[in-house]
Amino acid sequence: MSTSNRNRLTAGGLIDRARPLGFSFDGTRYRGYEGDTLASALLANGVRLVGRSFKYHRPRGIFSAGAEEPNALVELRSGARREPNSRATVTELYDGLEAASQNRWPSLAVDALSLNRFLQPFLGAGFYYKTFMWPAAFWEKLYEPIIRRAAGLGRAAEEADPDHYEKATAFCDVLVIGAGPAGLMAALAAGRAGARVILADEDFLPGGGLNAEAGDVGRKPAPAFAAEMVAELMSLPTVRVMTRTSVFGVYDSGTYGALERVSDHLPEPAPFQPRQRLWRIIARRAVLAAGATERPIVFGGNDRPGVMLAGAVGTYVQRHAVLPGQKIALFANNDGAWREMLAAHAAGAPVETIIDVRTEVAADLTQAARAEGIRVLTGAQVIATAGKTLTGLTVATASGTERIAADTLAVSGGWSPSVHLTCHHGGKPRWEEAIAAFVPGTCPPGLSVAGAAKGVFGLGACLKDGAAIGAEAAQALGFTVPALDVPDVADAPFALTPFWHVEGSKGAAFVDLQNDVTAKDVGIAHKEGFRSVELLKRYTTLGMATDQGRTSNVTGLAIMASLTGASIPETGTTIFRPPYTPVSMGALAGHHRGKDFRPVRLTPTHEWARAQGAVFIETGAWLRAQYFPRNGEKDWLETVSREVTSVRAGVGLIDVSTFGKIDLQGRDVGAFLDRVYINGFAALAVGKARYGVMLREDGMVMDDGTTARLAPEHYVMTTTTANAAKVYQHLEFCLQVLWPELDVALSSVSEQWAQIALAGPRARDVLARVADGDVSNAALPFMGAIEGTVMGGVKARLFRLSFSGELGYEIAVPARFGAALAQALMQAGEEFGITPYGIEALGVMRIEKGHVSGNELSGQTTAGDLGFGRMASTKKDYIGRTLAARPGLTDPDRPAFVGFRPVDPSRRLRAGAHFLPLGAAPTMANDQGYMTSVAYSPHLGHWIGLGLITRGPERLGERVRAYDPVRGEEIEVEICAPGFIDPEGVRLRG
Amino acid sequence: MRIPCPYCGERDAHEFAYLGDATLTRPDPAAAEAEQAFHDYVYLRDNPAGAHEEWWYHANGCRQWLRVARDTRTHAISGAVAARVAGEPA
Repeated sequence: MSTSNRNRLTAGGLIDRARPLGFSFDGTRYRGYEGDTLASALLANGVRLVGRSFKYHRPRGIFSAGAEEPNALVELRSGARREPNSRATVTELYDGLEAASQNRWPSLAVDALSLNRFLQPFLGAGFYYKTFMWPAAFWEKLYEPIIRRAAGLGRAAEEADPDHYEKATAFCDVLVIGAGPAGLMAALAAGRAGARVILADEDFLPGGGLNAEAGDVGRKPAPAFAAEMVAELMSLPTVRVMTRTSVFGVYDSGTYGALERVSDHLPEPAPFQPRQRLWRIIARRAVLAAGATERPIVFGGNDRPGVMLAGAVGTYVQRHAVLPGQKIALFANNDGAWREMLAAHAAGAPVETIIDVRTEVAADLTQAARAEGIRVLTGAQVIATAGKTLTGLTVATASGTERIAADTLAVSGGWSPSVHLTCHHGGKPRWEEAIAAFVPGTCPPGLSVAGAAKGVFGLGACLKDGAAIGAEAAQALGFTVPALDVPDVADAPFALTPFWHVEGSKGAAFVDLQNDVTAKDVGIAHKEGFRSVELLKRYTTLGMATDQGRTSNVTGLAIMASLTGASIPETGTTIFRPPYTPVSMGALAGHHRGKDFRPVRLTPTHEWARAQGAVFIETGAWLRAQYFPRNGEKDWLETVSREVTSVRAGVGLIDVSTFGKIDLQGRDVGAFLDRVYINGFAALAVGKARYGVMLREDGMVMDDGTTARLAPEHYVMTTTTANAAKVYQHLEFCLQVLWPELDVALSSVSEQWAQIALAGPRARDVLARVADGDVSNAALPFMGAIEGTVMGGVKARLFRLSFSGELGYEIAVPARFGAALAQALMQAGEEFGITPYGIEALGVMRIEKGHVSGNELSGQTTAGDLGFGRMASTKKDYIGRTLAARPGLTDPDRPAFVGFRPVDPSRRLRAGAHFLPLGAAPTMANDQGYMTSVAYSPHLGHWIGLGLITRGPERLGERVRAYDPVRGEEIEVEICAPGFIDPEGVRLRG
Repeated sequence: MRIPCPYCGERDAHEFAYLGDATLTRPDPAAAEAEQAFHDYVYLRDNPAGAHEEWWYHANGCRQWLRVARDTRTHAISGAVAARVAGEPA
């Protein structure tokens, strides 16, 4: 392990020298300390080249000390946990951290593709749109793969993410975003007033700028002041301090999205801990105290490793006790950067030269600099840089140009308030001439802005503003805010002369370091007419990718403005949209992945079915028994055919609890059912069930099912499994919105009742042994529905219904008795060879019987199409009646429901095949409908089908083609009535 | 969005199902122009920028249909009343 830390100061900083942390970068091992970021630890070890740029593969170093970092993107970890494009500047160092540089080959120091630099003239603005236009076929095969290899960022992990991600919700009165001076004061003002406060900060150490501040606050070093404030906040019972948490979006009704990096600072998450947690924070008020981001000046060679934001130099020196270099120069246009450098110099950073574009700079600054032996060049500009990592600068002054030795160039072009979140509801930032920066415009409701985020610069002013805005937020919610003692900090005057771009400088001058967009590219966009900000962004890619142009947007805009001759506010600004910082897909998915994507619903007999050897299948959210294979059966078809034959010859049972079950009670249930079903229900007798069809208001069939009348004012309805929730919602709409005068109460009882269908000629024999009462044909005739008990006293509802066409019953018991009922039926049926069957056999039997199901209830079929035309009452109104009478829905040429059998019985039928007249060409004009359902009928010994064909019922016996271009099959079929077994219904009435 | 359910309090919009315009009335099926009226009722919708009264169903809550006043430009919800209760949401 290298132990150098040669750029580390011996004292100071917010690092713990007693807690060294080992880490590696590109395979070399280094040491940092607790309190370091990956970036500060790399700089401490003299590592300055950390990556290659996106397009031109230019060597890049660490540019910032925060979330705005455009250059220092690395791959973190390895294997399944490898994470590309991690910003080294916000990556908290931990023992064992592995990082690798990106976008270089074969190595970071020697990069073959840096040849791209010589292609720079061709890879400029809009190159995607110009260079690779012809021939079109080359794009996918040649250009795109080459560009993808040459340009790009890191590599994503190729294995599944082994970690967990969580979602959580929190509520508060005041959400404070950012724990810098303004945020801390705002949280304290609201917290002391008793408001429920959440203070969220993306850093692992709250304090923001206070942690890099050299001066005192309230007679204490600034970081110690911050720590005291945080300690008090944490002691307040209504305040929650969330570190490592980025608020990334403002949504409707005071909802904020936040990402908490729970375990990103650990090699891997602790047991039962997620890697990240996605928060939905519902806040009555919010205070944005996100601070400001420093922006650079654009000049030739400004991307060389060693060129760094002035504030970042200050942060590394003050917070991390790291010297970014041994010969430091400053290039600036404002007083703040001077003070930053003087403080860094006092802390031990060798600042040798200060270059300022202004000809006049406050005397106290120039005197202070000269007193420290710092050379001062005013009215000067950096026009070129030299070295692989920075070794020298060329500076133009009034008296000519000169070369200056420097290994670090601090740059400052001023500060841009972090207004991002204020734009999330469409608010546009406003240009503030006095500070040459955009400040928040219209904010989302309930959000106010404090401190540097709204353009209030200066530590003393930020503390005061934070306290005032925090108090205001709490007061607005009715809290009484006690007076807050805000420490006095004397702020130096703000002095800045706007300056963006050194024209006539040598070499590529980068506006957007992350996307390799140069000042020249902005010029090309201007020349070619892409002058609006939105076009500039899309044409040059300025401001895209992980940093979203934090250090480049305003500069790019200013350069465009100077080219067009318009002012910056006239040129506009791009709107910021969520998320503020990248959010991983894992966090957005949370636990909803793989098998946990959604909850699985199990039937009451699930465990019993498993014990019977069932194969399960997902049907919607349900897991249902598909079939019950036995030893020696060669495939599912043999199993299903055996199940069907056993039911038709003896008896079988299946769990049908998945049907929607709706309990209806009240004086007007009959009248209500009359209005929602096409057929009449008002005359349904107690103890009887009836099949019903309901339409949507547009006249199409919505669902079908049976409704039984258990008592004069008590009915129970079943719906199809798929439509259970939809039908319930529809019925509630009808009752609450359309006919509130009806006395009907609904309740969904799908989960409360287990329901088992018993079918086959021996069904009554089995039921008689399980039911406590009389189930003879007289007591329980076809379509009968009675309440009683089974298994010696278990409350039950017995329905005589048949989906299979056999003598059939459905027995409902409270859900907790479902498995016991299945076992009791199996025992009672043993001597009759009772067979459990799955939904495949259920499907075969309903096709044999000619019943419609989900495939036919497609939402595009009318009652008439499905053969229910004569069921529809003409004596009453019902939902869908009026529009079902439209000409298009009553057209006699509409495809209608019939059965199909293959002319050659050895042929297999396919659902989805389209019907064509014999000899007709397969065109849309000749299309007469399609096959909706098919099954192999063990009863008939060949495949059968159901389908919709033009004028079907009039064409029984006619032959047509079933044409299946998807599978390349075509067979001749004969149209028949849709009942292949017992069409007279003798069996089910027996 | 957060919807102030009169029965459950303010709840996240994820708990609700949306239907649409709450100012429509189901036409009289016995009227002379019933078919045209039903066509309009089922298919024709205004798309206002601004105040909108709309049906939301509290599917994962009290299962009540609510008449909600929402501004389509800002998503600001100014009130909600149950369908069975007379009166305006806001």
